Amino acid sequence: MTIHRGAGEPAPVGGTGVPPANVSIVLNGECRSVDAGLSVAGLLRKLELEPGMVVVERNREILARAAVGATPVEEGDRLEVVHFVGGG
Amino acid sequence: MNTDGRQDRGFVIGDRTFTSRLIVGTGKYRTNREMVAAIRASGAETVTVAVRRVDLDRSREEGILHHLDPDEFFLLPNTAGCYTTADALRYARLGRAAGLNDWVKLEVIGDEPTLLPDNAATLEAAVELVADGFKVMAYTNDDLITALRLEDAGCVAVMPLASPIGSGLGVVNPYYIREIKRRLTVPVIVDAGVGTASDACITMEQGVDGVLMNTAIAAAEDPVGMARAMKLAVQAGRDAYLAGRMQAREIAVPSSPLTGMVEPV
Repeated sequence: MTIHRGAGEPAPVGGTGVPPANVSIVLNGECRSVDAGLSVAGLLRKLELEPGMVVVERNREILARAAVGATPVEEGDRLEVVHFVGGG
Repeated sequence: MNTDGRQDRGFVIGDRTFTSRLIVGTGKYRTNREMVAAIRASGAETVTVAVRRVDLDRSREEGILHHLDPDEFFLLPNTAGCYTTADALRYARLGRAAGLNDWVKLEVIGDEPTLLPDNAATLEAAVELVADGFKVMAYTNDDLITALRLEDAGCVAVMPLASPIGSGLGVVNPYYIREIKRRLTVPVIVDAGVGTASDACITMEQGVDGVLMNTAIAAAEDPVGMARAMKLAVQAGRDAYLAGRMQAREIAVPSSPLTGMVEPV
């Protein structure tokens, strides 16, 4: 498991220096447990999604593409990952 | 052709000049290959797309950007499926965040069985989106007052329906469509309700600037063939409008001379 710690990510909470192994998030309406310490970009990589093909909304705020690398995935985050599909 | 009369001044929406007066949707095709072939056959430059969750299990198809090149087509994100102003704003902003453009086909639905628009919510969303820098093309019903207010709100185009979305009933009220076109300055694009090529032709004969359709092509037995028919029908309807039709009369008028007939038997 690779833990991505980009610049600007907060240090893990707790005094032991050992981050929790997983965080619980709600991803596209489903509860998921993902590696702690991931950035949003890291999460997209794990999901095998190209950041240029999707838009991420984190806790009701749209993330600019440039921000996904520096935005951490934190406990309790509600993430929506959307893209364009066929429509009229 | 009577060139002293109506002249085609090109199809300009906002700050952009478009080549085709036919705008097509990308939904409901049986395959992506068929969708792309049909869109190419339609000659459309602008195609609408929807914003939806990525399927994380990959049991369904990939995103449409894997099939449609934004350099080949002008992709117009929509807010389809939204029933509130807040949802429409959210979907519009998600679409813009994809980074293609700052245009949106705004629709706020007010009723599930008919998919008729919620005029008040549409207007409210239009005001907010225009203030937020969007170029808003607003789907609305064939109501003149709402159309005027959407224009006042700063929409770059107003898009009254011909008949309900996906119904294929054609233009149910050509008079209202004509009146909206007569009274608005921004382009009027009829959106929804076209069922077959004659509907598209009749729509364009009303003098509107363009027509937007999806189901009529995607649900045809041969979408590529229907797309080609729609391309020709839109051109024919536009040409007929520009040419100026003859006066309709409820009496026959002979086309051949009444004089010079030979002696009757």
